[in-house]
Amino acid sequence: MALAKRIIPCLDVDKGRVVKGVNFVGIRDAGDPVEIAKRYNDQGADEITFLDITASHEGRETTVHMVEAIAEQVFIPLTVGGGIRELEDIRRMLNAGADKVSINSAAVYNPDFVKAASDKFGAQCIVVAIDAKQVGDNHWEIFTHGGRKPTGINAVEWAVKMAQYGAGEILLTSMDRDGVKSGFDLGVTRAIADAVNIPVIASGGVGNLDHLVDGVKIGHADAVLAASIFHFGEYTVQQAKQHMAAAGIEMRLD
Amino acid sequence: MSSKLCAVIDYGMGNLHSAHGALQTVAPDTRVLVTSDPETILKADHVVLPGVGAIRDCMAEIRKQGIDQVVAEVRKTKPLLGICVGLQAMMDRSEENGGVDCLGLFPGQVRFFGNDLHENGEHLKVPHMGWNKVAQVAHPLWAGIADNSRFYFVHSYYVQAEKPEQVKGRGHYGVDFAAAMGEDNVFAVQFHPEKSHHAGLALLRNFLAWDGQA
Repeated sequence: MALAKRIIPCLDVDKGRVVKGVNFVGIRDAGDPVEIAKRYNDQGADEITFLDITASHEGRETTVHMVEAIAEQVFIPLTVGGGIRELEDIRRMLNAGADKVSINSAAVYNPDFVKAASDKFGAQCIVVAIDAKQVGDNHWEIFTHGGRKPTGINAVEWAVKMAQYGAGEILLTSMDRDGVKSGFDLGVTRAIADAVNIPVIASGGVGNLDHLVDGVKIGHADAVLAASIFHFGEYTVQQAKQHMAAAGIEMRLD
Repeated sequence: MSSKLCAVIDYGMGNLHSAHGALQTVAPDTRVLVTSDPETILKADHVVLPGVGAIRDCMAEIRKQGIDQVVAEVRKTKPLLGICVGLQAMMDRSEENGGVDCLGLFPGQVRFFGNDLHENGEHLKVPHMGWNKVAQVAHPLWAGIADNSRFYFVHSYYVQAEKPEQVKGRGHYGVDFAAAMGEDNVFAVQFHPEKSHHAGLALLRNFLAWDGQA
């Protein structure tokens, strides 16, 4: 099969700066989003995901301008998430230059929003983000509010439902692993990737390049997302792609 | 020197920001306009027919706004580039949405990849999303782009061409499909050149430099 697995660097943005925390707390500054996005684009990133963790209204305006600035310079797909609650939020982000939007809490509170969004803008631009925590053997639950609020929803069943509701892709983050650098939660990744017929992006926990390989080979992910290993200069995106290709994974290297 | 004009046809289906931005980036001296005005489109030197979303809605808007007639006119006279659903709209018919008649610029059908696509024991996800290889058939729009370069695709339906000589790029995802179609002054691609980094930008640059002679 010639379709390449994707590497997606993720920018968590707060008030105009890229930040990175551990388990969603303990934030650390990583730089200017436009510069960083451009750098990853030049290093051969397959897509860029941009998560707006700003809560304020002013912060949102900053985000729209930032998406515009990035879209002017980056000619690979751009996904924007964080605070997408209404169709109007989606329209604004797409008009600013995003190719896809990622819907998280709003999908949990109102699953029909995903249906409406997919009908209106097409499944190709609707990513449903799932934050999952392990609560038992082979049992993962959805959490909202940056991992603070349990919902009692089974993560695998939820992913299947979201695919039926018109999601074009699933962005799966393990809350237990996020920022911890011990590797993806391969159990939940594989359970969801095998249960749905849409692409699954594995996220949360990448500490070294073998973790990316495991996400695809063991977790069956179609794409792998990472942040801190790229932000702080440990690895370039190109090194990560070479490493995955050397492990026998189909990658875009040109 | 009077600047050239490139019209990106806007028929209300989604965001044309990316296509506009990429075209303007590769040709800073060309005036790139996103427009639905037939006069502007017919006046342009190069015309782009983009498309996202469902084919039924796309074709309904194309007909409602008279874009079908504008495209028929453009097809006779100047370089025309179809992108993604823009390519699918150029075929005879699509099986999406229970079957939709399209513009018929190229004979052939648009088919669903299906929910049970397999290759070498692996289950293939649909949509076909990501970077895949395109095997080129000689054409001016591939100038300077290595054969089998990867482009960014996102689609659940694929083009099955009737005339093999019109296939200018071959893709494969469980099945063989037409990644690029071309005849005379028309060229159309299933992938998104505006999202395909260097290779995509090179193709757009080639298109804006193209005189429509295959």
